[in-house]
Amino acid sequence: MNDFRIPLGSWADDFIAFVTDNFSFLFDFVRTIFDGAYEFVDLVLASPPFWVIILVAAALGLMVRGWKFAVGAVIGLIVIVGVDQWQNAMDSLALVLVASVLAILVSIPLGILAAKSALASKIIRPILDFMQTMPAFVYLIPALILFRVGVVPGIVATIIFAMAPGVRLTELGIRSVDHEVVEAGEAFGASPARILRQIQLPLAMPTVMAGINQVIMLSLSMVVIAGMVGAGGLGQQVLASLSRIDVSLGFEAGLAVVILAIFLDRMTASLGTGITPIGRLLAGRKHRRQAAAVAAESPISAPVADVKTPQPAGV
Amino acid sequence: MTQIVAEHAQEFAASAEHTASTSPAPEIAVKADHLYKAFGRRPHDIVKKLEGGASREDLAHLGTAAVIDASFEVRRGEIFVVMGLSGSGKSTLIRMLNGLLEATSGTVTVGDTRITGLPAAKLRDVRRRSVSMVFQHFALLPHRSVIDNVAYGLEVQGMPRAERLAKARTIIRLVGLDGWADSMPSELSGGMQQRVGLGRALAADTDVLLMDEAFSALDPLIRREMQEQLIELQAELGKTIIFITHDLNEAMFLGDRIAVMRDGRIVQIGTPEDILTDPANDYVAQFVQDVDRARVLTAGSVMEPVRSMVTVTSGPRAALRTMRDLQTSATFVVGRDLGFVGVVRDRDVLKQVKASHPDLRPIIKEATAVSADTALVDLVELAVESDLPIAVVDARNRLLGVIPRVTLLAALGNVTTATGEVPVTEPPSTISLRVITETLRETALEGAQL
Repeated sequence: MNDFRIPLGSWADDFIAFVTDNFSFLFDFVRTIFDGAYEFVDLVLASPPFWVIILVAAALGLMVRGWKFAVGAVIGLIVIVGVDQWQNAMDSLALVLVASVLAILVSIPLGILAAKSALASKIIRPILDFMQTMPAFVYLIPALILFRVGVVPGIVATIIFAMAPGVRLTELGIRSVDHEVVEAGEAFGASPARILRQIQLPLAMPTVMAGINQVIMLSLSMVVIAGMVGAGGLGQQVLASLSRIDVSLGFEAGLAVVILAIFLDRMTASLGTGITPIGRLLAGRKHRRQAAAVAAESPISAPVADVKTPQPAGV
Repeated sequence: MTQIVAEHAQEFAASAEHTASTSPAPEIAVKADHLYKAFGRRPHDIVKKLEGGASREDLAHLGTAAVIDASFEVRRGEIFVVMGLSGSGKSTLIRMLNGLLEATSGTVTVGDTRITGLPAAKLRDVRRRSVSMVFQHFALLPHRSVIDNVAYGLEVQGMPRAERLAKARTIIRLVGLDGWADSMPSELSGGMQQRVGLGRALAADTDVLLMDEAFSALDPLIRREMQEQLIELQAELGKTIIFITHDLNEAMFLGDRIAVMRDGRIVQIGTPEDILTDPANDYVAQFVQDVDRARVLTAGSVMEPVRSMVTVTSGPRAALRTMRDLQTSATFVVGRDLGFVGVVRDRDVLKQVKASHPDLRPIIKEATAVSADTALVDLVELAVESDLPIAVVDARNRLLGVIPRVTLLAALGNVTTATGEVPVTEPPSTISLRVITETLRETALEGAQL
């Protein structure tokens, strides 16, 4: 009975060994790129004084959601400064931003592919299931081997873990665009690329944005795990507090993660709905213009009256 | 004499039809030839079995035979309606006409282009230039303004922005949406949204317009209005329209010709009146049972030959004799050129004869005449007002036929009248046969004595 053993684990081991032996140049290249991207974003976030970043965050919040959110963001970020986690928070934010952008860059095209091709969808779906449910720690092992200790294995593990909802929701969004509208595009002779660009993507945008929101939130939840492979930031603080049974440090670092999460979630969520103060402003102006037109020509009855006497037109 | 005149009128009517049918052969805008569409794992097997005589039900386990052996020709400038209940394959059929669905077997020709088997890029070109479409649920681009929606086809055709917006503006006026150009579709009512859909199809300036249940989602009043507007636009622009509907009344109202579909097959193609008066089978007959006959049938299709008719110059005696022979109390009067003049009543004619007055003219009364394409619904009131048969005249006012009340009733109630052998004579005589005969004899004697 105990003789029966499928050596799946050793196969995976062999595979990673093979990849390390033969493609190390590739992984070195990826490592250089990711590391460079992270260093750059971290530099931008961490080198200015904290109040500059807080002001920028407040301005963004004001534009996207309104003054209440901006005030909330300022208070939250000052709390992070106050518990002396600012540098760590910026390190983590840089990791999240880099990983999210890369995950989005990969997942949206994959989602489009899955929406356009039933075969691609069939292949991609189980892979996504695998990526999303495999315990995230497991990615860290090969990532460590391939990319060595530091921030890069953290970023890679985060991308793999976080991209699934981006792919899924992009596919769902495109597939659930009203079939008749897509058909209308086809019926007027639009090419598939034009239909994608002018009909499917704009109409799928709320769902795609929900996917992007999910990608960012999952990235943030990987921050702690990334800390285990030397990614630094808030994750390292949480792990340090765990090993030292340090409640106060754990609470402060954890709270910083929560504040970052809420800020990023609210920002990206309102991008998806399009209900932003800027959007409202534009809509309001348009509405007033229409109201003026209505008053000028009272078109409520005009279209009906016009029906009976269509003007000759050079058609 | 009267009989001859009546035959003349019939000939005229017949020759008018004749010239209509032999006038230069109308061009074919869309042609479908033995079209099949099957869905399933092996659609070609299904078609082969259908061709071998298998029925749709026999093949249900293999897949769905949506369209079976459909052949028809749509003439340029015609409104061709495809009518059938849901599941009859009409939507599949219309989507094969612009290649949205590929036919499993058979060919579709639009203009000079055979579109079955055409590569995708060429097919898109056909859709851009030759065939546009109006959808049941409008299918507008919700994120674009009315004018951008109307200009969409032109945008795909590659027309520069300023030019296409100018053209879209004209179309927006044409479909009655002046002042709404910059609104978003969601701000419009259903009827107005479909005007945008119609405008988008018209703006593309294609010869052929496919309309897939285009008015089915609208409420009845708006639907009627749109139907009327479509007919006006069609008359103005001369588009070839293929219209899909499940509503028989709509089909009858819009269609120059109607194809009735059932279970994937076209069971009858004909004019609305053909289908109403001569249904191809029980299914069609049952289907047309509920149609509003009064709105579909026209005076020309139910009228009877004119029996009781005299020329102005033939005089009162001839008129009286005609009425006596047909046992009727009135007769129509026509001029030398068969132009409709009016009617004379037996009492007046009798007086005239007794007075030996040779002229009919003083006693001719006005009578209602209608054109042959008047719907029966418009005849009811006329029939109530007067006991005389309603005269049907052509464009040059020549008497084509008459519609007695009985005929009108029979047509509305879909029962056959005994036309032919036993002519309907209305109104019945009011003076006894004996009086007329005696009067005729006496006056004849007087005439002889004088």
